[in-house]
Amino acid sequence: MGKMMLLQYLSPVLALVCAPFLLGIINRTKAVFAGRKGQPLLQTYFDIAKLLRKGAVYSTTTSWLFRAGPIVSLAAVVVACFIIPIGKCGAPISFTGDIVLFMYLLGIARFFVVLAALDTGSPFEGMGASREVFFSVLAEPVFLLCILALAHTHDLRFFSILGGMSPYAIVPALLAGISLFVVMLAENARIPIDDPTTHLELTMIHEVMVLDHGGPDFALITYGSALKLWLFGLVVVRAILPFHPASMLLDCSITLCTMAVCAVIVGIVESVTARLRLLRVPQLLIGAAALAALALFAGEGGLFL
Amino acid sequence: MIFLIAGILIFVLCGISALVFTSKPIACKLLGAGGTMAGSLAGLFVAFRVLISGIPLYWHASWQMPFGSVSLSIDALSAFFLIPLFILSFLGALYASEYLDHDAAARNLGLHWLFYNFLVASMALVLTSSSGLLFIMAWEMMSLASFFLVLYKHDDKGSREAAWIYLIATHIGAAFLLAFFIIAASQTGSFDFDSFAKHSFPPAVSGLLFALGLVGFGSKAGFVPFHVWLPKAHPAAPSHVSALMSGVMIKMGIYGIMRSLVLFGPFQEWWGLVLVSIGCVSGILGVLLALGQHDLKRLLAFSSVENIGIISLCMGAGILGACNNNPLIETLGFFAALLHVVNHAFFKGLLFLGAGAVLHAAHTTQIDKLGGLIKKMPFTAFAFLIGSVAICGLPVLNGFVSEFMLYMAGFFGLQSQASSMFLIAAVFMTSLALIGGLATACFTKAFGSIFLGEPRSQQTAHHDVGLCMRIPMYALASLCAIIGLFSWLVVPMLCGPLSLIASSNQSGIPITLATLSPWLKGISLGCALFIAVILLLILLRKRLLKNRVVSSSPTWDCGFSAGTPRIQYTGSSFTQPVTNFFRKLSFSKQTLKVDSSIFPQNWTFESDVPDAALDKVYLPGFKLIGFVLSKLKWLQGGKVHVYVLYIVLTLIAFLTWNFLWAK
Repeated sequence: MGKMMLLQYLSPVLALVCAPFLLGIINRTKAVFAGRKGQPLLQTYFDIAKLLRKGAVYSTTTSWLFRAGPIVSLAAVVVACFIIPIGKCGAPISFTGDIVLFMYLLGIARFFVVLAALDTGSPFEGMGASREVFFSVLAEPVFLLCILALAHTHDLRFFSILGGMSPYAIVPALLAGISLFVVMLAENARIPIDDPTTHLELTMIHEVMVLDHGGPDFALITYGSALKLWLFGLVVVRAILPFHPASMLLDCSITLCTMAVCAVIVGIVESVTARLRLLRVPQLLIGAAALAALALFAGEGGLFL
Repeated sequence: MIFLIAGILIFVLCGISALVFTSKPIACKLLGAGGTMAGSLAGLFVAFRVLISGIPLYWHASWQMPFGSVSLSIDALSAFFLIPLFILSFLGALYASEYLDHDAAARNLGLHWLFYNFLVASMALVLTSSSGLLFIMAWEMMSLASFFLVLYKHDDKGSREAAWIYLIATHIGAAFLLAFFIIAASQTGSFDFDSFAKHSFPPAVSGLLFALGLVGFGSKAGFVPFHVWLPKAHPAAPSHVSALMSGVMIKMGIYGIMRSLVLFGPFQEWWGLVLVSIGCVSGILGVLLALGQHDLKRLLAFSSVENIGIISLCMGAGILGACNNNPLIETLGFFAALLHVVNHAFFKGLLFLGAGAVLHAAHTTQIDKLGGLIKKMPFTAFAFLIGSVAICGLPVLNGFVSEFMLYMAGFFGLQSQASSMFLIAAVFMTSLALIGGLATACFTKAFGSIFLGEPRSQQTAHHDVGLCMRIPMYALASLCAIIGLFSWLVVPMLCGPLSLIASSNQSGIPITLATLSPWLKGISLGCALFIAVILLLILLRKRLLKNRVVSSSPTWDCGFSAGTPRIQYTGSSFTQPVTNFFRKLSFSKQTLKVDSSIFPQNWTFESDVPDAALDKVYLPGFKLIGFVLSKLKWLQGGKVHVYVLYIVLTLIAFLTWNFLWAK
């Protein structure tokens, strides 16, 4: 029993330690595609360490809310890491309906990032915040539909859905997996929805919201984005993985390897597609919603092929 | 019981004496506000005692009025609704004692206090009367008292129009309620609620009663399409009155529906379907219309429509659960409904009081004219932030708990065997997620444009509001936090009203709390961890920045350094993508006037989200009625002898009819 209790903490610990590594894999993939050598795989860790060593500059327009933004949003994402299980090990916070808490924690993270952006009074950051809330209005129902498609034969807790406890139904799982992948790209500001490396403030979404953050605050934001990517990656991977070996160790390592593959796929998508025009993004998200709804009905209709 | 009656007497007496002392502002304020506060405390005591002990109280007057007795009763359901009523009326009175000060010379505050006290007293009577006739009288008193409160600024044309629309809307509702009680009484032979409860109504009759009640109570609650009076009346009324009206008075409609469920059960499945559909439509349209508003109080009024929609969804889920023999869904649905009633009373009360503070200090509630108030009004800003987070249903605060329960009800609906339930649950959970996202957009806009950034116009605040206005806001904010953090302690209080509602339905006994409390404890654990991590990170940053250079500079302007506060994103531009995307649903209007000269100077852009139901349905409808009725004007020529002729003709007609009938 004691061992199980300890194993529950594997998921948050892995997330907190390894999350920035995923960004390294994505960037390396993009570098390979572009024919560059690329930055070190651990670059995000270096960035965070460097930022943590700096002082801070705050805009004279801002208030305490600007300072609270990075902290509250990182805290929310960290708690979300304690809810999501990796494989069969379980998670420290697990109860029926924990998914709703997970969704709303990401919601409160967004709420505070948006407010911190508006606190600067900069038109660019207002623009980014406006786009962020618009796309999340569409992405949130899609995420919920996907989770319902995966969960509805079982139990509304992450452990049942992602722990390999429910029978695997290939059609719903694949449809929901693709849809979740789109949501992951949207929520994590990746191409084709948003370009994390663009140089023009007018075209950004997520990056422009954090333009004014620097030093330790920006470190918290960078780390928070890495964690969020990890969380979504984990959901996508566990939704798609068709088999769940009985051995916990094997199950965990397969999951981690698939996460790395998922990061490579994100890198490939970023290398081969252009960013969509902002007006086209809703269409992509609505397409994802249609897929997710299909997954839900396929599951209900008994398409357990 | 004696405390409640004493409380009502205090309201009435203090209200009247406040009117008598109008010319002495201090005495008037002491009597008016003090009376409300004293009466509320007395009422609160009774309500808590009934809710905790579970023993209902009765009181029968020893005199009769035509068609019924004068009897009051407080059962768990009444007590449950009495609690937010008395809390909000108490805090509202405290708030008003400062809020109305600058009006003391210009307005008749004695009248205001009279009607404020009458409103609270009549709502207490609505909740406790156990006879249809007394209920309808109290209901009418409540409508009239609130009508006069909306008319506070009676020299303003907009206020008069708002109050007028409210009066018409509320009386159309009352007409349906009159029919509702008369049909019920014609079945049982008495207006007493006891006789309704004992009588078993045939399904057709109870269905008819439900439909009548839905329109009558729904027009008070603000279901779409009966919501038109809310966005008019709330901005016109003083803010503490808006808080009381939006927080509690519209819940009288919800109370009415719940009371009808208790009295006229067993439930029928289509009731649930209707409530769920109304809930989805009200929720989505309410928040979409709220999103596009430029006036904070109008925005809050539309957001009340959204929250009433959520409550309706909850009740619908509960009824569907009961009809499908699924006690889990039934419990979760009604728990969510009851909890959201209280939650909405607290956070919407808080937000309206916050809006009042903004109005008090900055003299406007036009969102696009404000900005940067957080620096001058830090206390109001923090309270408003709590309210905004709570109303978006985000964790740590109370809104999350009720939405969580509703999600769970929907989820178990997905799993249920009935395929109709599957479809309904899928639709309503998606709507709920959409409403959640839109609410976040709406309240980041409201908070962000009013309190953050730089002031957008000359109209800005120079100081925060005083203690009497801060205390009510912080009291409500703490209530929001307590329910959010300790939900597993609060939820057992809902068991009394729930078992009352469920008892009218033979389908099943609701599940015990044992199933629910591990979930709620899980939420509390997550919230506790969240707060702990926030505190840790604050400490971490404090340590990191110790002995380092922390400087300040202007916001990064991307190289364009000539910007004024006017280049900031306004609330309207912030929500433009969303309102534009949903323009087919919300009927938002955008007009762009282009100056096509070589050096364009005068471009103008206007965006507006009018209330389509009012502009496209009600106003043309009433115009048509007015047109038709004006054709009958000749009947009323103002000549007395013609009127006497009418009376004679009517008499003859009745006599003839009676004569024929007798044969």
